Amino acid sequence: MAISRLEIEKVALLARIRVDETQVTALEKDLGNILGLVDQLQAADTSQTEPMAHPLDAVQRLRPDTITEISQRDAFQAIAPSTEDGLYLVPRVIE
Amino acid sequence: MHDKTVAELSRDLAEGHVSSVQLTEHFLDRIQEHDGHLNCFITLDGDQALNRAREADERRKQGNATPWTGVPFAHKDIFCTEGVLTTCGSKMLANFSPPYNATVAQRFLDAGAICLGKTNMDEFAMGSSTESSYFGATTNPWGSNRVPGGSSGGSAASVAARLVPAATGTDTGGSIRQPAAMCGITGLKPTYGRVSRYGMIAFASSLDQGGTMARTAEDNAMMLNVMAGFDPRDSTSINREVPDYTASLNEPLAGLKIGLPREYFTEQLSPAMDRVVREAIREYEALGATVKDISLPHADLAIAAYYVIAPAEASANLSRFDGVRYGYRCENPEDLLDMYTRTRAEGFGREVKRRILVGTYALSAGYFDAYYLKAQKVRRLIQQDFIEAFKDVDVIMSPTTPSPAFVQGEKTDDPVTMYLEDIFTISTNLAGLPALSLPAGLVDNLPVGLQIIGDYFAEARLLNAAHQFQQATDWHRLAPK
Repeated sequence: MAISRLEIEKVALLARIRVDETQVTALEKDLGNILGLVDQLQAADTSQTEPMAHPLDAVQRLRPDTITEISQRDAFQAIAPSTEDGLYLVPRVIE
Repeated sequence: MHDKTVAELSRDLAEGHVSSVQLTEHFLDRIQEHDGHLNCFITLDGDQALNRAREADERRKQGNATPWTGVPFAHKDIFCTEGVLTTCGSKMLANFSPPYNATVAQRFLDAGAICLGKTNMDEFAMGSSTESSYFGATTNPWGSNRVPGGSSGGSAASVAARLVPAATGTDTGGSIRQPAAMCGITGLKPTYGRVSRYGMIAFASSLDQGGTMARTAEDNAMMLNVMAGFDPRDSTSINREVPDYTASLNEPLAGLKIGLPREYFTEQLSPAMDRVVREAIREYEALGATVKDISLPHADLAIAAYYVIAPAEASANLSRFDGVRYGYRCENPEDLLDMYTRTRAEGFGREVKRRILVGTYALSAGYFDAYYLKAQKVRRLIQQDFIEAFKDVDVIMSPTTPSPAFVQGEKTDDPVTMYLEDIFTISTNLAGLPALSLPAGLVDNLPVGLQIIGDYFAEARLLNAAHQFQQATDWHRLAPK
C-alpha cells in the first residue's frame, strides 16, 4: 500500500520527528514496503475473533492506595539536560 | 579458564580452586585482547567489577555464597544499571546513567554475580543484526564479515568468543534466539511475564521479555533461577511459583512428544539447513522422543501482525524521549516543538525512526481498526494455533533462523528483508510462549540453531530437553577460531 508524502509529513509531525525533503522520499519507499507487508493481515478472517492484548489475558493488578515511592528529585534531575531551582527547563512556551 | 561453563566456574569457586578476583581479571583481559575487533561491549565496568569480585570472595569466606557469587557475566545494554551508562545502543541515551537498577540487574547483584560490562545491541532492540547500534556493529566471532544476529548480538558474540560465560538478553521478536543460533550458543526467551521488565528499556511492552544466553542449557537454567519471579514493579509480571530450573535437567526424554509445524519446513528453508535440523530431531528420537507433523495455519501472518503491534507499541514507548528529563537534547532549540522534533530526529537512528513512524501511522485516526485492532485479532488466531498444537505435543521444534549468519551490510538497505529474518521466532512472542535456541550443527562452518517452543511456563521442560541433547552431542562445545 502506498503512503503519500503528505501523510508522511503529517505522521512525522504527530511523532515529533523532523524529516527533510530527501528523507521523505526514502521514507515513501520504506514505509510503503512495510505497509505492503502488513497488508497481508487484511486477508485473514477475524469476524469471530476477539483482539488479544495480553498472552495470558491478565488484567492490571490493583494495589493498596498507599505511598510506596520516595522523592528522588535530586538524583533524577542530576541527569537532566537542563534544570534550575528543582525545575526542568525547556524553551519558552508562553510569551 | 574461559572455556569453562558457569556451572564449572561456580564449582571451582566453591571448591576454592580459583577466586572471583582471578576470574574477573582473566575475563577482563580476554575482553581487552579480543573486543577491539568484535565490538561486543559498549561499556566496560572493570574497576567496579574487581571491587565486587573482592566482596564476592569475602562473602564466600563468610559462608553465604550463592551459585553465582563471584561468577562474571555481562548485561545487554538495555537493562538499567545504577551509575553505569545504559545506552540501549542509541545516541539518544549515549550519556544516560540510570539512577536505579533494573530488577534483573538487582537480582544478579544480590546473588553476588560480577557484571563486567554492557553489551552492544541494535538501537532500542530494533534489528536482527546488531548493525543499527550507534556504537558500531558487532562482529560474529565465527566469521569476520558476518553479523552476530540481533538485537542481543553483543551478548551472543561475547559468550561465543568466551569473553564472558553468560550474558542477559531480551527478546521481542527473536532477539535472544536468533543471535544465539547465529553465534552457536544456547538462549532462552521465557514465558511473557516470567522475568520482570522493570528497568528494562521498553520497546514493545506486550512482547518484550528478558532472558538468558550462555553456552549450555544448564547455564541458562542457572541464569533463569536468578532472573525469574514475581515483581510488583512490573504490572504484567506473573505471580507464580518459580521452580529450580536445574532440578529437572537430568530427567529422561522417553515419551516426549515433538511437533514439527509443516509451515516452518517449506522450500524457503535451504536443503543444508533442513538437513541439520532433521538430524537434530533424529537425535531426539534416539533419546526416546516421538515426532509428529503438526500445523500452525496462521504462521504466515505472524510477521505482518508483529510489524503492526511492535511499531505501534514502540511509538508510544519511545515518546518519552523528548529531551526534557534525561538523554539527548538538540543544540539551541528555537521553541518547544523545534526541541522535540530535532532532538528526536538527531537522537534516533534510521530504523528506530522508521518504526516510530509506522507505529504512529497505524495508531492514527482512521487507521487504528484496520491495522492495530486487526493485528491484535490475528495475534489471537496465532495463539489459538499453538493452544491447539499443544493438545497433542509437548514441545514444538523448528529451525531458529532460515539461514546461518549473513554477511554484514547485506540486509541493511531493505528493512523488509531484515524483518523476514525473524520468520520462525516471532509467533512465540505474539503468543507469549517460552522458546529456546540451541546449537544443532554447522552449515558452511557457521552455527545453526534448533528452536524448541514450549507451552506456557514450560521453561524447565525446554531446558531439560536442551540439556539432554547436549549430553548426547557436542555442538554446544564448538568454539569459533
